[in-house]
Amino acid sequence: MRLGRISLTAFTWLVAILFVFPVIWMVLTSFKTEADAYTDPPKLFFTPTLEQFAGVFERGFLPYLANSGFVTLISTLAVLLLAIPASYALSISPVKGTSNVLGFFLSTKMLPIVAAIIPLYVISQNLQLLDNVWALIILYTAMNLPLAIWMMRSFFLEVPKEMIEAARVDGAKLPTLLYRVVLPVVAPGIAATALICVIFSWTEFFYAVNLSAARAGTVPVFLSGFITSEGLYWAQLSAAALLASLPVMIIGWIAQNHLVRGLSMGAVK
Amino acid sequence: MTTTEVAPAPAGRGAEQPAPRRHASPWKRRAPLLPALIFTIAVTQIPFLVTVFYSFQSWNLVRPGSQYFVGFQNYIDVFADSTFRTAMLNTVVLTVVCVFVSMVLGLGLALLLDRKFTGRSVVRTLIITPFLILPAAGALLWKTAMFDPVHGLLNFVFGTDIDWLSAYPLGSVMTQVIWQWTPFMTLLILAGLQAQSKEVLEAAQVDGAGRWRTFASITLPQLSRYLQLAALLGAIYIVNSFDAIYLMTQGGPGTASTNLPFYIYQRAFEGFDVGQSSAMGVIVVILTLIVATFTLRLMFRTFDVSGGVK
Amino acid sequence: MRNAFGRRRRGRLSAILLSALLLATGCAGAGAIGAGGQTLVIAIVANPQMNDAIALSDQFERDHPGIELKFVSLPENQARAKITASTATQGGEFDVVMISNYETPQWADNGWLENLQPYIDSTEGYDADDFIPSIRESLSDDGDMYAVPFYGESSFVAYRKDLFQQAGLTMPQNPTWEQIAGFAEQLDDPANGVAGICLRGKPGWGESLAPFSTVVNTFGARYFDEDWNAQLTSPEFKEAANFYVNLVREHGQTGASSAGFTECGTRYGQGEAAMWYDATVMAGTNEDPASSTVAGKSGYVSAPVNKTDASGWLYTWSLALPKVTENKDAAWEFMRWMTDKQFVQTVGEEFGWNRVPPGVRQSTYEIDEYTEAAKAYAQPTLDGIREANQDNTMTEPVPYPGIQFVGIPEFQDLGTRISQQLSAAIAGQKTVDEALEQAQEYAETVGQAYRETQ
Repeated sequence: MRLGRISLTAFTWLVAILFVFPVIWMVLTSFKTEADAYTDPPKLFFTPTLEQFAGVFERGFLPYLANSGFVTLISTLAVLLLAIPASYALSISPVKGTSNVLGFFLSTKMLPIVAAIIPLYVISQNLQLLDNVWALIILYTAMNLPLAIWMMRSFFLEVPKEMIEAARVDGAKLPTLLYRVVLPVVAPGIAATALICVIFSWTEFFYAVNLSAARAGTVPVFLSGFITSEGLYWAQLSAAALLASLPVMIIGWIAQNHLVRGLSMGAVK
Repeated sequence: MTTTEVAPAPAGRGAEQPAPRRHASPWKRRAPLLPALIFTIAVTQIPFLVTVFYSFQSWNLVRPGSQYFVGFQNYIDVFADSTFRTAMLNTVVLTVVCVFVSMVLGLGLALLLDRKFTGRSVVRTLIITPFLILPAAGALLWKTAMFDPVHGLLNFVFGTDIDWLSAYPLGSVMTQVIWQWTPFMTLLILAGLQAQSKEVLEAAQVDGAGRWRTFASITLPQLSRYLQLAALLGAIYIVNSFDAIYLMTQGGPGTASTNLPFYIYQRAFEGFDVGQSSAMGVIVVILTLIVATFTLRLMFRTFDVSGGVK
Repeated sequence: MRNAFGRRRRGRLSAILLSALLLATGCAGAGAIGAGGQTLVIAIVANPQMNDAIALSDQFERDHPGIELKFVSLPENQARAKITASTATQGGEFDVVMISNYETPQWADNGWLENLQPYIDSTEGYDADDFIPSIRESLSDDGDMYAVPFYGESSFVAYRKDLFQQAGLTMPQNPTWEQIAGFAEQLDDPANGVAGICLRGKPGWGESLAPFSTVVNTFGARYFDEDWNAQLTSPEFKEAANFYVNLVREHGQTGASSAGFTECGTRYGQGEAAMWYDATVMAGTNEDPASSTVAGKSGYVSAPVNKTDASGWLYTWSLALPKVTENKDAAWEFMRWMTDKQFVQTVGEEFGWNRVPPGVRQSTYEIDEYTEAAKAYAQPTLDGIREANQDNTMTEPVPYPGIQFVGIPEFQDLGTRISQQLSAAIAGQKTVDEALEQAQEYAETVGQAYRETQ
């Protein structure tokens, strides 16, 4: 029995390491020289170098990182600003046709984003928003809003009715009600929602690659410069990929409990 | 699951049509919803209406003055295009296979994680990592370090000599997408496993039910909501897959790994045929809405949303 | 109890938000560097010569304080997509764009490009008469240049002299496609990882369709007849397509259907192909020991023919100035720097003479160091560019300009789709006939539009 447990644990570890191996390999490769990255058989031991990371910054990585950070932060805040009252209206004080409204929000999520790309391009151009971070902020907000409302609504449903009633009887106005009674209960839900929004904004590729270039380019746009297969570029690509993923990776690792909770709430309610 | 426990409201709320003179007016209740609703309509619906308008025009972006009304000609051309059908089929295969496989893998990983063992939190951290890697980074990583015919790890490990991206373009893309989405599925299913009551499980064990019986008759039914949510969310994102194809195969060789998003992108931004690419967009939207209506209805039945408040 | 619980949670939430905020502001602070002065955004195709120019661009910035350069450097298909969308909608994302002799006349006609002639005329020592005439004409509209060439090219064949000698073969100066196919068969050596020939198979009208179209032309086929009837299923077209597809399938490189110019370059440079039919500009890369293991082992002969006397294409990557660019003077300063005689010198001295952008300035071919370094390919390049016109490379008259492309706006779309069909045939997913029938349908739609407007 004990042996079975140990071997099952060993198996789990093995599976996890195999599964994450491409990432481990990426980290290893990012510390290699280009020559070391192209050996046959692949090298596991080598003299590490920071040359690739320096190379990534030399290629002008920082502005892209700054754009990604700015777009992610602002669009996530905007999502919260819009989604909190909306989820309130769909849960605690439900309006008629709640399911229709919710259905509408979710169905926009199912629209293929590619279908509207040409009008979006033309509209952004007319509004002087091409290659502008604000175009991405607006689109990412719209992109994350449905999921955020869906998730937050289920957190709002957790607020005990009696508390709201008690506050109403005391004559609390809506903002007070929200701030004093509802917010403390749903705060973890908001954090989880924000986390999901951060992840999806940071990793978004399609809008970024089509609507931005040098000025508003985000991190995925920087990476798309690596599609060519001319010359040796793997080690630098790995360094760039690692740097590009690191912020979200760290936030996700730290807040993984929120991530689980946030996702599963949508399923419970 | 009752729908009667509605938030208390001023009298007369049962009536269907809102009377104008009521003080707790429906508009006041709706007000918090409006910003989000208006914003979503403006940003997602207006461009789509423009797409519908374009789809009835013959318009090549690089030929000024070529814009004129053609009725349904674009739609006729799109349906006559064999590549469009290939792309549609690829989209379905990609979505169904990726959702299914990543859910099965996710279930397996979640079961492995749903017990106490040394370093459990480390293992969980490892497993969610692919989800936190930029999809663009993941795609390029697989294209180079894994699939490369000369220096790739896959050929090294299996001792083969295969140009994966040319020989199995769709399979290669799907591998990357599955790798990316399995952690997401794992997390969701794990949450479901942890939500089930321990007493029921123990009772089943005391009753002498085998592990498999317990899993099939107690765990799986309890998980069904989580599985449905996982499938829905996964499908929404995977059906729109673009990064992996753009970065790994560019839809090739030929059109072997072209899905609808990539094909529409290609016709729009490499061909500049605004009319036809818009028509394709409209067709995709209609198809998606048909599928989505069914899934949403199914979801709402299981989640019992209609009552508003549980 | 509830409250304490809530406050604890809220504390953690704000910690997360705070760290996110710190992260973002930290980044934004870094991004603010260089906000002052003029910034030029240059959209460019990521070929080796352009990468050299990017590497040298700090010299420009040093000489022009106050102008900061930002490059958007992408592979051909992606670069073209972004550049065309931006220029056609007057999007203004790019201050300088890299385009070719396909786009230049059309876009000049549409009024999207700034006439460069006044800039050229007022720039002392720029010497536009030094450009090879056919290149200059291909970028002109009514005698005024609307783009300045960075490099120019025709197409020709590179072959490995050592492998030919080993096999006891001799490459003629003006080979036919029959001969090339014969050599490819004899030199194909999969056991040693050497393909008989490298030919582009990657979709894209600027990729596989370029060499393919020259084969189409010299086999006596054409895309459209004079009345804009699509001709992709004519016997000549079928013969040409079968020839190309069979050659690359039987004796071509592995992964042919996804190999374009850069991929073939890497393969030939690594000694994995005995011949390579492609742009003349490839020679510089082949002969550069830094990027090639076969430097000095290659010979170069003119583009193979079938029914015509010549078959090489004419192409030039050049810099243009969109009408909507705001800093036109600064932009021209940059364009001048990158296409100047001095630039040729700088590249030669910094990186070696094989890496000089070829096929544009006649004066380049008078530099001793260059003629010495490029003796294997300088003359074939010049000959190819000089002979590249429709009269020499086609048997039948056509209603469109261009050799390896159909010079109409719809060709970006049409060419891409035809090339996808070609790639599918090369990958073996379709027969050549099936691919051509689908392609004919695409072409017929375009032809019809032109028949109606005539």
